[in-house]
Amino acid sequence: MKKLLLILISLFCTSEIMAAGGGYYIGEKVQTNIRSVDSLRNGAKTYMNYCMGCHSMDFQRYNRVAEDLGLNEDEMMNGLVLTDAKFTDKMTIAMSDEHAKKWFGKSPPDLSVIAKARGLDWLYNFLINYYADPKSVTGWNNLTLPNASMPHILWELQGIRTANFEVSTDEEGNELKEFKNFETVEAGKLNEQEYKDLARDLVNFLDYSSEPAQLIRMSLAPWVLLFVSLFTFLAYMLKVNYFKDIH
Amino acid sequence: MGKIASSSSKGGFGGWINDRLPVTQFYKDHLSEYYAPKNFNFWYFFGSLALLVLVNQILTGIWLTMHYKPDAAQAFGMVEYIMRDVPWGWLIRYLHTTGASAFFVVIYFHMFRGLLYGSYKKPRELVWIIGMVIYLALMAEAFLGYVLPWGNMSYWGAKVITQLFGAVPFVGDALVEWVRGDYVISDATLNRFFALHVVALPLAIVALVVLHIAALHTVGSNNPEGVDIKKHKDENGKPLDGIPFHPYYTVKDIFGVGVFLLIFLFVVFVKPDMGGLFLEHDNYVPADPLVTPALIKPVWYFTPFYAMLRAVPDMQLGALIMFAAIVVLFFLPWLDRSPVKSIRYRRWPFKVMLSLFAVAFIVLGWLGMQGATELYKLMAQVLTAFYFFYFVWLFFYSRNEKYHEVPTRIEGH
Amino acid sequence: MTDNVNKSRRTLLLSTGAVGVVGAGFAAVPFLKSWLPSERAKAAGGPVKADVSKIEPGQMINVMWRGQPVFVVNRTTKQTNVLESLNGKLKDPDSEGSTQPDYVNNIYRSRKENLLVVVGICTHLGCSPKYYPDLVPQQFDTEWKGGFFCPCHSSRFDISGRVFSGSPASRNLDVPPYAFLDDNTIEIGNDGEQA
Repeated sequence: MKKLLLILISLFCTSEIMAAGGGYYIGEKVQTNIRSVDSLRNGAKTYMNYCMGCHSMDFQRYNRVAEDLGLNEDEMMNGLVLTDAKFTDKMTIAMSDEHAKKWFGKSPPDLSVIAKARGLDWLYNFLINYYADPKSVTGWNNLTLPNASMPHILWELQGIRTANFEVSTDEEGNELKEFKNFETVEAGKLNEQEYKDLARDLVNFLDYSSEPAQLIRMSLAPWVLLFVSLFTFLAYMLKVNYFKDIH
Repeated sequence: MGKIASSSSKGGFGGWINDRLPVTQFYKDHLSEYYAPKNFNFWYFFGSLALLVLVNQILTGIWLTMHYKPDAAQAFGMVEYIMRDVPWGWLIRYLHTTGASAFFVVIYFHMFRGLLYGSYKKPRELVWIIGMVIYLALMAEAFLGYVLPWGNMSYWGAKVITQLFGAVPFVGDALVEWVRGDYVISDATLNRFFALHVVALPLAIVALVVLHIAALHTVGSNNPEGVDIKKHKDENGKPLDGIPFHPYYTVKDIFGVGVFLLIFLFVVFVKPDMGGLFLEHDNYVPADPLVTPALIKPVWYFTPFYAMLRAVPDMQLGALIMFAAIVVLFFLPWLDRSPVKSIRYRRWPFKVMLSLFAVAFIVLGWLGMQGATELYKLMAQVLTAFYFFYFVWLFFYSRNEKYHEVPTRIEGH
Repeated sequence: MTDNVNKSRRTLLLSTGAVGVVGAGFAAVPFLKSWLPSERAKAAGGPVKADVSKIEPGQMINVMWRGQPVFVVNRTTKQTNVLESLNGKLKDPDSEGSTQPDYVNNIYRSRKENLLVVVGICTHLGCSPKYYPDLVPQQFDTEWKGGFFCPCHSSRFDISGRVFSGSPASRNLDVPPYAFLDDNTIEIGNDGEQA
């Protein structure tokens, strides 16, 4: 029995590791704190300024974000939101799919639940691993998502970098490219740490947006479990009491 | 007749009811005077827990249908609507999704209990067979429910599973089209899957559970000793080693419910995705007929059978093997010919083989979640072969099995 | 010995039962609350703006708010002058029992004397009354002084939406919260307290 449980538990753990690591480049893991309202606000600001031109959040409402981030209607709609949307509106964008396809080759995905689909580490590494690549259509390439159709929107902040690869040939004559390092061509407005913090906060906001209810869910968890523990303890005492009858 | 007369003699409102509907008698037959062996252990919690999860699924399911629309254009958004806009919708949905996985956890423990203590053996063959039908219905129910969020895994999962109907000789392709109601998985498919998931199969499952319990209460419960408690009764006809289900096992099961809820609610409130195991990452991408997920795999509870399907290079044969893996369990009462029920009184070959069988099943489940590399494929082939070998071995081994002497009574514990 | 067991068993039964009942109560809350209007419904039921500058004197426009009609009437002085004289024929002339914001507690039942804003739902069984503006005898009332008449069960209301005695409706027409954003625009569903 216990062995079986152990196997089951280890099974759960391995699958999680499997989900985290895939065929894509994850240089460093990201540490986010969904409880940090400041981080979420920073992330929301970055999202509104840089992402929302192309990426909608069709399932999220402005008033929900404002409530969860402790902002009032004025702070939210006049301080953060750049469009003239209503407070109760969903965070949709005006760009139609056809336009998007014409401009980018494919329509930028809705980002409501992207953190659930891709995972936080992937998003973070995607944001920090852009480099200039003259061979690409957009002029940019990405280590985490090679040949990404999205250009480096945050380049002014991060600056321009190129990537150095070590090219080798394996036994079968295939060319293998192994990433070595980045080289800064032009410094950005932010230094490296500031840029990484910005990416982290943005990822944190995307994590929050993928499931706004997780804030209340996590805060309820200890109380629910405490209550059930109390019930279980009493039920155990009751069971012991009744089974005193049985010999 | 005699029973009715005696209860009506009480008179009053209870008597009036009992004359027309034998509520008191029903309560006695199934609770207060249903004698269960006094030595139930850990493994015997899972029957009542399965019932609890069934109630949870039905209740949360009814509530989810109040906010969901089975429309291919809206379904994905409806789930997010439930998660964000409906007050407490997130909790109701997580109770349902976690409940689906919990159902299979509980059922697998429940079934393994049957294997351990020979609960499928005479006179409980029908209990086992009805249970197997419930298991089949549950698999169908879970698959159909998995399609409803209309994520990309829903879509491609539905595509792969419905494609299995194509393995039927001659009419396969026509059958696939009939099941889908279109040339691809479409709005029509979603609509019929919804109807089956929320009405047809739950009805069938509830009816089957009633039969399962009715059949069990006719022959009485087995126990870890595999001893028949009905053979030794006191002067009133009560089994000496039995105790009334109510209150003894009701209070014990309530304790079991507490422990279960502690784990279950931990998952619901802290880790509802279970790292992609209960709610898969690719299902947070809307259904896209043009983009196949990198790794198509069913939810964890199907993966042992999925691994068997993939292990066979031929699709028709693979489908047949997978189906046979479930069907063979139906015949277990006649494959195991040993007169001894409980593993406690069987010798080491059985203990070793049953352990290996369980390990094989779990490893197959793990393999079913991985990408199909050559090594994994080979492993899956070996384990699938062993899965079937177990039953063949059991059939011949159990005929003249040597065993320890089985006591006639349940010793005090 | 047995008494002790029984006593502690009773205590345990009661306490486990009590905790269980409380738990069931907690568990019921999400299910009950999920029936409340969702965020989508709340967003759709948000305040509605209406341009009142184009309503001719004596005319009425219909504005949809929370899925129900709201009547906005630009009353003439001829229409409002009769209000005082009707008090004796009304069930609740001072609108003591009606559903309305405090700022319309006057005989006009409005923020501005001429502009009436009422929910166009009969307080009897929910039909939508019809607007009969003219002070001429009608089939249903030979002394009609202008107002609303519900064709379903013949409830009659004056031009302030106050119900006449003898009507099946018991309450005056409801006045929704509303505010003037400027002279020409009102917003229904907004008390104007935040603005």
